[in-house]
Amino acid sequence: MIQFNNVSKRYPGGLDALKNVSFELAPAEMAFLTGHSGAGKSTLLKLITLIERPTRGQAIVNNQNLSRVTRRRIPYFRRDIGIVFQDYKLLHDRTAYDNVALPLVVAGVRDKDIGRRVRAALDKVGLLKKERAYPIMLSGGEQQRVGIARAVVNKPPILLADEPTGNLDQALSDEIMDLFHDFNQVGVTVLIATHDHRQVQRLGKHVLELKHGEMINDGSPRSIS
Amino acid sequence: MISYLLRHLQVFFYTLGQLARAPIASLMTIAVIAITLALPTGLYLLIENVQRMSTALDGGAKISLFLKADIDDTAAAQLSKRIRQALEVATVEYISPKQALAEFKRLSGFGETLDTLTHNPLPPVLIVQPSATLDTPQKLDDLVKRLRTNVEVDLAQLDLQWVKRLHGLLQIARRGVWLLSVSLALAVVLIIGNTIRLAVLSRREEIEVIKLVGGTNAFIRRPFLYTGLLQGAAGALAAWALVSLCLSLLAGPIGAVADLYASNFRAEGLGSYGIAILVGVGAVLGWLGSRIAVGRHLGSLEPR
Ligand SMILES: Nc1ncnc2c1ncn2[C@@H]1O[C@H](COP(=O)(O)OP(=O)(O)OP(=O)(O)O)[C@@H](O)[C@H]1O
Ligand SMILES: [Mg+2]
Repeated sequence: MIQFNNVSKRYPGGLDALKNVSFELAPAEMAFLTGHSGAGKSTLLKLITLIERPTRGQAIVNNQNLSRVTRRRIPYFRRDIGIVFQDYKLLHDRTAYDNVALPLVVAGVRDKDIGRRVRAALDKVGLLKKERAYPIMLSGGEQQRVGIARAVVNKPPILLADEPTGNLDQALSDEIMDLFHDFNQVGVTVLIATHDHRQVQRLGKHVLELKHGEMINDGSPRSIS
Repeated sequence: MISYLLRHLQVFFYTLGQLARAPIASLMTIAVIAITLALPTGLYLLIENVQRMSTALDGGAKISLFLKADIDDTAAAQLSKRIRQALEVATVEYISPKQALAEFKRLSGFGETLDTLTHNPLPPVLIVQPSATLDTPQKLDDLVKRLRTNVEVDLAQLDLQWVKRLHGLLQIARRGVWLLSVSLALAVVLIIGNTIRLAVLSRREEIEVIKLVGGTNAFIRRPFLYTGLLQGAAGALAAWALVSLCLSLLAGPIGAVADLYASNFRAEGLGSYGIAILVGVGAVLGWLGSRIAVGRHLGSLEPR
């Protein structure tokens, strides 16, 4: 589902954030992306979502060679990828409902379908009762669950998360990670960048470890230092 | 509980603040556009009305046909009848040499001296008043030329100098208004462009999120384009209101002057066709301004 072949990324300024990175995630696989701060985790996710372009190498996501996805096609390409952020990136002047509806609205889904699908997504993250709440009225964990509902509302085959539990305590982190696990169980390919070794060990999934832009581990949690 | 209420209050004031801020900002923009558009619109109306007024006064322009000396009263009457039937004239008045002499005597004060003349040196004259449909110097000129072709006519004279000069001036003024309109249209585009630029920048986070969830540039542009279009159209409507207000303030004095000239001339406003064009132009300029502004800034607002 996601395949990198010797991908490198050099930022303007000369910093090599990723060096010859290769890995593969099968459809419906779940993996954690770990590594020290500045290792290149966010950069790797940005390449998958075409926020950044690789400097070298080939990346294939959802059967599409990223170098062939033109600027105009990027929005359509992104509709097949749900993204969750550490800082949630919710719109503060809109209710939870409207935030979750956004991907459907931009994709031009009909109003009556939007209502049904938004409620299904909010129900999945346990926030059906808070659909009228504004982000500011929600706790951090609840805001992150709104973010997750928004990421999955149009049923993308791929779900990416960049430190989704970075601002949450242990109990909430467990809840959030379990949610990702649930989506993985129904066939979504999930890739989560995280510092949280506890979660990596707890869920026992495929682990990718970066160090100074190089992939130093690609395997099971036990292989991680 | 208290913090919950506080959050509610925050949201409440935030929403209220947004509602209060946005309309004032857009009202300001609309007012600036209104003034900008009112200027050329007002000048245009001024020129159109002066044009109409000069046409109304053209009615005073009479053509004097000096007939050949051997034309007698019957022949003159026949000519007068022919002219009335064939050409666009309002009235034709005949002044026989006798009448002309009598009048000349009365007005000049040379009464007795003129009595010594053995014959009347004055020609018979037809005073032709062109019909009101001849509203340009060109058409009046054509009429004079056609009158001249009659064999009875010795000399046809129309004092068009002042009409021609006025029309020339109006032509220049009209061109000036056009140039002014173009530069002020540019101003409207810039005003709206700037407003929309600020709106885009103030919503950059929202734009980034929309891009991340797969929103196309067209989707992001749409609300801004509508905003620009509506502001332009509203500004044009306000410009019309402004011009109408000025016109109604001037209606009294204009009517008084017109009455002095025994004219029923009244200043006219834009008319529904003119309003439609004005609003359409405003809407297009607004759309254009926001299109340029959004186009320039959307590219730089890629998510990071
Ligand atoms: N836009 C950018 N321009 C230049 N350098 C960048 C840019 N983004 C990231 N970098 C650099 O690339 C390297 C990798 O950054 P990245 O954000 O991918 O690390 P990370 O693994 O996500 O770290 P963290 O755990 O702190 O989020 C860092 O040294 C960072 O300074
Ligand atoms: Mg990061």
